[in-house]
Amino acid sequence: MSSIETQKTIEEASGDYKYGFVTDIEMDMAPKGLNEDIVRFISAKKNEPEWMLEYRLKAYRAWLKAEDPEWARVDYPEIDFQDIHYYAAPKTDADNPKSLDEIDPDILATYEKLGIPLREQEVLAGIVGSPNVAVDAVFDSVSVATTYKAKLEEIGVIFCSFSEAVLEHPELIKKYLGSVVPAGDNFYATLNAAVFSDGTFVYIPKGVRCPMELSTYFRINTANTGQFERTLIIADEGSHVSYLEGCTAPMRDENQLHAAVVELIALDDAEIKYSTVQNWYPGNKDGVGGIYNFVTKRGVCRGKNSKISWTQVETGSAITWKYPSCILQGDGSVGEFYSVAITNNYQQADTGTKMIHIGKNTTSKIISKGISAGFAQNTYRGMVKIMPGAENARNFTQCDSLLMGDQCGAHTVPYIEVRNPTAQVEHEATTSKISEDQMFYCLQRGLEPEEAISMIVNGFCREVMQQLPMEFAVEAQKLLGISLEGSVG
Amino acid sequence: MLEIKNIHATVGGNAILKGINLTVNGGEVHAIMGPNGAGKSTLGNVLAGRDGYDVTAGSVTYRGQDLLDMAPDARARDGLFMGFQYPVELPGVNGMTFLRMAANAVRGHRGLEPLDGMDFLKLLKTKMAELEMDDALLKRSVNVGFSGGEKKRNEIIQMAIMDPHLMILDETDSGLDIDALKLVSQGINLMRGEDKAIVMITHYQRLLDYVKPDFVHVLVDGRFVDSGGPELALKLEREGYAAYGVHEAA
Ligand SMILES: Nc1ncnc2c1ncn2[C@@H]1O[C@H](COP(=O)(O)OP(=O)(O)O)[C@@H](O)[C@H]1O
Ligand SMILES: [Mg+2]
Repeated sequence: MSSIETQKTIEEASGDYKYGFVTDIEMDMAPKGLNEDIVRFISAKKNEPEWMLEYRLKAYRAWLKAEDPEWARVDYPEIDFQDIHYYAAPKTDADNPKSLDEIDPDILATYEKLGIPLREQEVLAGIVGSPNVAVDAVFDSVSVATTYKAKLEEIGVIFCSFSEAVLEHPELIKKYLGSVVPAGDNFYATLNAAVFSDGTFVYIPKGVRCPMELSTYFRINTANTGQFERTLIIADEGSHVSYLEGCTAPMRDENQLHAAVVELIALDDAEIKYSTVQNWYPGNKDGVGGIYNFVTKRGVCRGKNSKISWTQVETGSAITWKYPSCILQGDGSVGEFYSVAITNNYQQADTGTKMIHIGKNTTSKIISKGISAGFAQNTYRGMVKIMPGAENARNFTQCDSLLMGDQCGAHTVPYIEVRNPTAQVEHEATTSKISEDQMFYCLQRGLEPEEAISMIVNGFCREVMQQLPMEFAVEAQKLLGISLEGSVG
Repeated sequence: MLEIKNIHATVGGNAILKGINLTVNGGEVHAIMGPNGAGKSTLGNVLAGRDGYDVTAGSVTYRGQDLLDMAPDARARDGLFMGFQYPVELPGVNGMTFLRMAANAVRGHRGLEPLDGMDFLKLLKTKMAELEMDDALLKRSVNVGFSGGEKKRNEIIQMAIMDPHLMILDETDSGLDIDALKLVSQGINLMRGEDKAIVMITHYQRLLDYVKPDFVHVLVDGRFVDSGGPELALKLEREGYAAYGVHEAA
């Protein structure tokens, strides 16, 4: 079957998850399984220097002794780590395609179908509706294209694939890699440190306000592979950047593992805004298949008055396990976490954040909106920790859960640790249902039941959705509606 | 327009409507009056198709169709509008967006193209000028934190934009001061027309000074016990419902 036919068939079979197609393309794969040779294989594929291989091997050895964490409220059968391909890359003549013309047309078609703009000229030509966004496109284990690199370079912004950064900017990688999420941090982060294949690197120089949205689009395509990407963003003094990641994967009956690590570093007066629209394949309505999304994301506000803001819209994945966190080290630094997590059918999400206040006058804000439908379980797990030196630290947390139907669950697990008496920590939590009154009111104004739900849910999530860059907000709004399809009645 | 034949309805297992008959033709304005708990809102909810209001006997024809067979949203798109006694708050849902979705739902049903943001604003501007209202309310979340009067005004705006055929207005006059009452009445009068019909549920005769009804019906304990012209409302205002065996608490 040609890839186009495959796409059609799968679309007809699915209806709601419209990213479930497979691109039929020749791949360069590592054999299944994990051992030191595989780690060396990945490193060799990328022509990595010795120090990078050493970093990986050290992590691999630590991983062998690490244990799969069990404290999260998620249930899944034991993962067979020897049954996964740790490297899968589209075959190319040149190892790293340099221009779009050299990229396999099937891959370009894939991104087009996903609505991801890889053609700079379209944006430059001012085509209506084409967003002001630079994209790094990661396809299985490798970055296949990075747009606007040259234009960004002119102002000193480095935006490239992680593999390229290891070769081109080793001093920055050596300095910052693992400085926020150490290689031995947790089971999945350690695994990632051993086998990460690609990802995105961003450096914003002093005083530069990045003139466009930077984004990475992650696509899992090949069966039985895991995706282990690594993102590292450094905002130097007084700089500003807004970054977004999006993710999709084909529909398959087997579960696939995605274990990423993201590290953010904000120096004095710098600001990083990191947004995620996560739409990995969630599995079918009976809970078969879907992505295990086990991700470690952490940012450090290293400098004074720096700011890191996480916004996430999590609609996909069979299981989501992630806690984008902020270490507020610099005096006066600010951490924010805005989250919408939707779970439907048999999806499970255990997500939240950690705000670690170290510096004086640090503030953090947590706004979490969890929506559960079908048989799904949705847990907010958040930690607010005020260290002894954090004079006048402040935190505000608002956790709202919306339940649809009576078979699903919403859970709120806050951990609060205050070790400085000047701290002010506020926590508010609510659980509600879409009221029959609200539904009827919308229906009486002519809205279809699904439209009504989508509208009410979008309203419930508004504070978070408003944080998304405009270019992505509309798409994300539609996604909320789609994710809840079939949950009415 | 609307023909109700011997409707019986239960709410939560209790019989509330006990044989309602009513014919409403295009161009007419009807007022339904009656003591608290008589079943006025229940009748409105039954016509609008609210869940939990079960019709146990009787039939309703609306514009040649079996109304009771239509889904509530289909009724709305086909021009049956209910002004709510207690308009519902929709936190985070922008008033303008909500209104445009409602307008486009009706337009789609009528085979018209949906209005984009610009065209919608134009329509809104025209309607607001007719209503002599401003659109400040629409910039907020639907009904959230609105005063009673603001909520009722918002209902009138929605009605004007959706341009329905049959309007059932449930105590749209309650809780309004005299200026607001005049404004709301003006909005209702703008909707009058040959192919339109209005059913006003009200407690007070004063609304009827501003919107002259063709017929007044008295609903007591799930049945119409009297019908007449506007003079009936004046009589009820003077004498209450005692003549029908009802003694209302003050
Ligand atoms: N949702 C409901 N559940 C149970 N009883 C209801 C409900 N709604 C109305 N009723 C009852 O039905 C009767 C009629 O109510 P309603 O139609 O609201 O009266 P009115 O609008 O004439 O004041 C009252 O006795 C009221 O308590
Ligand atoms: Mg009533």
